Amino acid sequence: MQSQKTQGEDRPLPPANDQLAIELRKICKRFGQVQANRNIDLQVQPGTIHGIVGENGAGKSTLMSILYGFYQADSGEILINGKPAKIKSSRDAIDSGIGMVHQHFMLVETFTVLENVLLGAEQSAMLDKSERNARDVLEHLSEEYQLSVPLDAITGELPVGQQQRTEILKALYRNAEILILDEPTGVLTPQEADQLFRVLQALKDRGVTIILITHKLREIMDITDNVSVLRLGEIVSTQRTADTSTAALAELMVGRKLETQSFEKVDNPDAENGIEVHNLTVKDDRGLTRIDNISFNVKRGEIVGIAGVAGNGQSTLLEVLAGIQSPGSGEFVINGHNVTPDTTISPKEMREIGVQHVPEDRLRLGLIKSFSAAESSVLGYQNRKKFNWRMFLNIRSIRAACKKLMQAFDVRPPDPKLKSSSFSGGNQQKLILARELEQSPSVLLVGQPTRGVDIGAIELIHQKIIEIRDANCAVLLVSVELDEIMTLSDRILVMFEGRIVGTMNGSDADKTTLGLMMANAMDNAA
Amino acid sequence: MDSLLNAQTVLSTLDATLRVSTPLILCAMAGLFSERSGIIDISLEGKMLFAAFAAGAVAAVTGSPWLALAAGMLISTVLSLLHGFACITTRGDQVVSGLAINVLASGLTIVLGIAWFSQGGQTPALASDARFMPLELPFIEQIGNLPFIGPFLEIVISGHNLLVYVALIAVPITWWVVYKTRFGLRLRAVGENPLAVDTAGISVSLLRYKAVVIAGVLCGIAGTYLAIAQNAAFAREMTAGQGYIALAAMIFGKWRPVPALLACLMFGFLDAVAIRLQGVPLPGIGEVPVQLIQALPYLLTVILLAGFIGKAVAPKAIGVPFAKER
Repeated sequence: MQSQKTQGEDRPLPPANDQLAIELRKICKRFGQVQANRNIDLQVQPGTIHGIVGENGAGKSTLMSILYGFYQADSGEILINGKPAKIKSSRDAIDSGIGMVHQHFMLVETFTVLENVLLGAEQSAMLDKSERNARDVLEHLSEEYQLSVPLDAITGELPVGQQQRTEILKALYRNAEILILDEPTGVLTPQEADQLFRVLQALKDRGVTIILITHKLREIMDITDNVSVLRLGEIVSTQRTADTSTAALAELMVGRKLETQSFEKVDNPDAENGIEVHNLTVKDDRGLTRIDNISFNVKRGEIVGIAGVAGNGQSTLLEVLAGIQSPGSGEFVINGHNVTPDTTISPKEMREIGVQHVPEDRLRLGLIKSFSAAESSVLGYQNRKKFNWRMFLNIRSIRAACKKLMQAFDVRPPDPKLKSSSFSGGNQQKLILARELEQSPSVLLVGQPTRGVDIGAIELIHQKIIEIRDANCAVLLVSVELDEIMTLSDRILVMFEGRIVGTMNGSDADKTTLGLMMANAMDNAA
Repeated sequence: MDSLLNAQTVLSTLDATLRVSTPLILCAMAGLFSERSGIIDISLEGKMLFAAFAAGAVAAVTGSPWLALAAGMLISTVLSLLHGFACITTRGDQVVSGLAINVLASGLTIVLGIAWFSQGGQTPALASDARFMPLELPFIEQIGNLPFIGPFLEIVISGHNLLVYVALIAVPITWWVVYKTRFGLRLRAVGENPLAVDTAGISVSLLRYKAVVIAGVLCGIAGTYLAIAQNAAFAREMTAGQGYIALAAMIFGKWRPVPALLACLMFGFLDAVAIRLQGVPLPGIGEVPVQLIQALPYLLTVILLAGFIGKAVAPKAIGVPFAKER
């Protein structure tokens, strides 16, 4: 039997003598050739919210994984509340009072909320008894922090905001005094994010120390007390949040000055339609309606952005328009070709008629990880004459073509022989975008173009999308990043549960309104 | 008189159903523990076969059914640990490992059997005190006189050997362990999302090893039953695919103990009917070829798997080795 402290009762106050909640000294971690963390020194004051920012691959997640016992540091020391701690597993981290809310929730979807909270913190070998105890403690906790979650609901059926609260409850139930949140707002609507921040504030007021990892600088400015910036595995700055600005932080993250991106919005009411969707309805294998009777159009020379929380039908829409799924009912006209449930066009034919698709999930649909960059760079176009010689692929011309794409899109390292999986997310994405734009599309379907892509690459990707628009291509953009939607779109549609619940012009879109539309809360708010 | 005869026939068919179902039930529960933890177990067959051989051999040499049972459980558990080592520690392919164990068991039992006993791969026939013999329930004769329920208890429920009752009790115990205990909660979790288990501070490997060991013990009992309870010796390939049928039954049961039990009983029933119908002309149809009836359970497997049971939702992480490091 592991010893269980009394759950959720009087939380010890932070040590009075200003002891640090967490102190990291000279933490180093190397994965093969990659130095993920180099001599990290970090001091986190008790009872504060400490932000950690950095680009993808800067080493944020590695650092937090070391703190939570996923990995062991190669060298360096961890001190918790002033005492040296050896954290070799998650169990050690939990016993040291550390709780973590992972970016991808660590929940068993088929379990109830209660079972998820209990897992690993059961107080007796019999579940009934553990559940009775936990229920009382959890009701107390959720009241204290306004973290209401239906304890008997199946976790996988809850909205992500509530799943996240389940994760927080898990940590609190284990008496976490230090809470680490890894990119917590990536899956939330702006309103849900605000709600989360209120909870974090309440936790802080009770003396909980919070570490917030994010790449959204605005959140750092809004809620943190102190902020550290990681770049290439090193901490380049730690300062009071009040003393800095988003621009300064962005510069520290990237290591150079960034131009603020803004693009001209266009409005050509007379342009012809590149995409026209009429009363499209799509059901999935289980018979659930993924797209519910939607109609819209995208004109040539226009970017239409689809905003919405992930999982509201955007992915299905992209796949239907790209010919991967067939429309259930209704029809659409894409680049002059009519598609109905009876006359579908295969993805291969779509490519031939000038409809190019940059898929949301690049590792599943965009490229093949074990293929070389050259092979991935011709996927879908491998039967083109120039890539073939009799019945063989012409490797040399494929490599040459790939090299050209890599130069045009600044793919690094520019080595066509390297395996696709060896490139960073941003460079994989640039390669896919290059492949599709090389075809000079008349219609471009883009999903999550900058998911997991670092700031430097985002600039280039956005630039390229604008360029193809200006070349009179009709662009449909799906993204869960509101900033991205607002930066690029000439017109914005908001999807909620498969329906289009709102439309705005890109030039006068504002975040609050879009956020309310994404939560389908316009009527209530008005 | 005629109806009584029919009742007799029905009851003795049910009686046979229980006897035939016993190894299926034990193996299905074994598979349930293993697969709920995320380890595919097609080696039920091989473990049961090797356990049957061990039990037959030990019973022949020592004359003790209890030592035979211990030997059966031991060898099956050793094979389980081998499967565990391949799948959990070295993160190998679970189907390949299971297949290897089946091939190993199939070959090695015959080789060892011929080397040790020189009876063409069989173990020597056992005397009854070296076997698990039928037990009569207490007061069964008095109970048997009760109307309706009496004959049922006397003919169907009473008069089996100990291991049949062990199999029947194994089902509620499995249910209780899986749904009502801390171990069960963790077992169900680790088959769905091992990362969640790991981050909750529980060792995924240890949990999975525990699950495969339980599977080994249960398969060991099943094998022992075949060799020294249902039969009086080990015969080569005596499991004859029952491990796979049990696996199929467990999948029909959607990885749940009670539905899995029902599926096992259904297969057992079909088998029992097949035996009874041999050479018996059916009204209106005539004599059905034996082969067709014997094929019934297998045909049913295919038909049911092809869609009659609806979508069988396996534990999500099944078959995927758990790797913590990138």
